Amino acid sequence: MNALRRNVLKGAAGAGAVAVAVAAGLLKPTQAMAAWNKSAFEAKSVGDAMKGLGVSSPSDSKDITIKAPDIAENGAVVPVEVTSSIAGITSIAILAEKNASPLVGTFNLSGGTQGFISTRIKMGQTSLVRAVVNAGGKSYTAAKEVKVTIGGCGG
Amino acid sequence: MAEPMRIRATMAGDVADVKVLMNHPMETGQRKDAKTGQLVPAHYITEVTATVNGAPVLAGQIGGGVSKNPYLGFKVKGPKAGDKVVVNWVDNKGDKNSAEATIG
Repeated sequence: MNALRRNVLKGAAGAGAVAVAVAAGLLKPTQAMAAWNKSAFEAKSVGDAMKGLGVSSPSDSKDITIKAPDIAENGAVVPVEVTSSIAGITSIAILAEKNASPLVGTFNLSGGTQGFISTRIKMGQTSLVRAVVNAGGKSYTAAKEVKVTIGGCGG
Repeated sequence: MAEPMRIRATMAGDVADVKVLMNHPMETGQRKDAKTGQLVPAHYITEVTATVNGAPVLAGQIGGGVSKNPYLGFKVKGPKAGDKVVVNWVDNKGDKNSAEATIG
């Protein structure tokens, strides 16, 4: 009887600790989203930018399409369109891998917004344009190379 | 300070296609002025949010890597013609602007 009581108590304590950990884990992204994600935007490498976004080793996905020119004559204005058919999509981030600050933008989608973002970005030099999609708690990525003949950063 | 922005929303089937053009210099803070050789201070939009009939549909954070006079296109499933789309932005100096359109 006593041993059972012990086990029950242990179990309850364990569950409590897990709940606290989950709450802490869930709180972090919300807090990060409330303010501009400085660490991710000021990151100098793709890895650091992803770390700032809270993304680790996203899996390659064929369900993400990046529409961008193969050759951009003017790096100051490169049209980029990201489309994803992944279900339960919550956010799309766009990175230009060789820019001084790779992260271009990150967009949280809600309330029926489709997996689609179209914008225009600056590129300092020829590099991969990478999209990172979060859906259902997982991260997916795809990239497309854009050749830049005149850079759009610096002057 | 902030100049007007342009917004257009059209229905294509059951999806509202929203296109926004913001007027903003989007200075990264890394560019040098050709005449003075001084760095041009950073001035760019940091946050863009959009709502349809008051409900949030998009919350974007952007950096200096977005082109001057940023263009943003997105698609929302569900709204009807006549619904109101509102887009707001805030930049790193605290300037803000807002525009609204009726989905047509």
